[in-house]
Amino acid sequence: MADVSEVPSARERAIVRNRWLLLTPALAILIFAASGPLLITLTYSFLTPGDYGGVEWKFSTDAWFNVILQRDIFDDTLMFADAHLSILWRSVKLSLMTTIGAIILGFPTAYFIATRPKAHRDFWMLLIIIPFWTNLLIRTFAVMELIRNEGTLNTLLMAVGIIDDPIQILYTETAIMIGMLYVYLPLMVLPLYASMERLDFSLVEAGYDLYATRFAVLRRIILPLVKPGLIAGSILVFVPSLGAYVTPRVMGGGKQLMLGNLIELQFGQGRNWPLGAALSITLLAIVMVALIFYVRAAGKEEVPHG
Amino acid sequence: MIEIRNVSKAYGAGKSRFLALDDVSVTIRENEFFTLLGPSGCGKTTLLRTIAGFVDPTDGSVSMNGEDLLKLPPHSRPVNTVFQSYALFPHLTVRQNIAFGLEMLGKPKAEITRTVDDMMALVQMTAMADRQTGQISGGQQQRVALARALAPKPKVLLLDEPLSALDFKLRKDMQIELKRLQTETGITFVFVTHDQEEALTMSDRVAVMKAGSIRQIGSPRDIYDRPAERFVADFIGDTNFIPVEVSQIAGTVAQIKLPSGKMIEARAVEGATGGASTLAVRPEHATLGIAQDALMAGTLKNIVYFGTDTHYHVDLDGADSFVVRAQNTPGNKLDFSVGDAVGITFPPQVGQVLRD
Repeated sequence: MADVSEVPSARERAIVRNRWLLLTPALAILIFAASGPLLITLTYSFLTPGDYGGVEWKFSTDAWFNVILQRDIFDDTLMFADAHLSILWRSVKLSLMTTIGAIILGFPTAYFIATRPKAHRDFWMLLIIIPFWTNLLIRTFAVMELIRNEGTLNTLLMAVGIIDDPIQILYTETAIMIGMLYVYLPLMVLPLYASMERLDFSLVEAGYDLYATRFAVLRRIILPLVKPGLIAGSILVFVPSLGAYVTPRVMGGGKQLMLGNLIELQFGQGRNWPLGAALSITLLAIVMVALIFYVRAAGKEEVPHG
Repeated sequence: MIEIRNVSKAYGAGKSRFLALDDVSVTIRENEFFTLLGPSGCGKTTLLRTIAGFVDPTDGSVSMNGEDLLKLPPHSRPVNTVFQSYALFPHLTVRQNIAFGLEMLGKPKAEITRTVDDMMALVQMTAMADRQTGQISGGQQQRVALARALAPKPKVLLLDEPLSALDFKLRKDMQIELKRLQTETGITFVFVTHDQEEALTMSDRVAVMKAGSIRQIGSPRDIYDRPAERFVADFIGDTNFIPVEVSQIAGTVAQIKLPSGKMIEARAVEGATGGASTLAVRPEHATLGIAQDALMAGTLKNIVYFGTDTHYHVDLDGADSFVVRAQNTPGNKLDFSVGDAVGITFPPQVGQVLRD
């Protein structure tokens, strides 16, 4: 029986060949679109910066050296590049806080929507999705309007008499975090909602029936079952936060740089394309490492979702 | 043990207001296998969920041994539920599922391990202890759900149509199994089903429900032999209904006149009235014979063979139809064929005069 089927006929070989032919356009796009820019960036990071931007085709590891280290102008001593490191730390810190904030706000939101009657859920989802469809810049300026010194929040607090002087929120790290939280919250709510909608709520009842308090039901039953959604949401919020450019620019007022802004600076005013390229690859590496750690940690207890 | 007094549950408001439970009162006794039986939508599950605490009644009281249950949230009530869909936790193993309730009660580790082992032995699932619940069959899931609900040793076990998802053979086995578990553990079982056979074979007492209210409570034999009203007689088993004239009722004995004009004694349900009424006769309580001297005469319309017994469908002379069931024992061969004139007879005090 095996010796008959193991030899592919001419017809089968033709089918396999045709499949590869049909796949070629898609594969070509994938290969060029995914690895092309990456290879260019990687190449640039090992070249010498040109005088007016661009690169000179001369091999150099200076860019990589400069990512975290710098040489003193006067006595040539090596030291850590404080500016880069603080921007790196700020990016990671704000992205983590944004992710945690998105979980805190997004989890109850998704749970609320998932427990509404089926007919009403679409309406609530629409309220989440409409801002998501709105232009990023407009959304960011809307948040800015809320928190600036003469904005809604401060005016309201002063009118009620809780504060006498406006709280300076805009152009601080808090402002960047609020901005990113608002912009990326739907990316947390959507996957969380998707896994909560599939949650069998008789399991929640079974938990209550077996003497579990509300908190125990949340921790022992709901959380483990919606973990895939929680992981997906966290990744979807953390990754773009880390590379965010527009929000830190607008909300941070150019004073609180994040990695995205630093990279842009090198390609623009800094005229140091190799350093910009090296920083980009660094950002990519951080994202990859974070993802690997996160998926490993989360995947330890395998959850068969049914 | 469980006192349910005048419990009502309304859903919606105004015109769409719907009474899922309509002034239900029932007392469930200690160590009893109590069944709530009725068609879907009759409120039996709502009543069960009221005891469990998932439904808050609009009116009435529910108490257990004198303690008001309605004041307690579901996780504080000394009752456990076997859910219709089992609701096993998919992220936990069989052992972890069974241990869940004990852990929530904060029992010591050693005691949990011991109780879980006992429970797994009780439902014969020891070999499957470390399987995920998705990796075991429906019947095994059923056993795990039972063990999980029994492990915290509740005073009352609530079972919401737990056998409906099983195939016929397995259901038969589980019926016997459930009855055994109830006897062994001494726990009160409140069992919800729409399957009359399940109700009759397992229960100590059955409450037949319709449209949110309990129509009759009694032992399976009471319910089957002495249905109080047409709905109960019709829902449980097969019944022939004959329009009769009740001339006199003395206690539980009624003198009735059949459509054929013949007089006979029948039993009267409490609350049955004189005048035009309905007589219920079970098909196996009547016998088929020659038309002469029979209580009622008619024409044999159909003969249906069932293996253990045969059903004879007779068109009575008054246009009503009547089914006689005869056991297919050796020597019990009725020599009739379709189209024959036949007579139907049943002894006195076999028919039941219904309430409505």
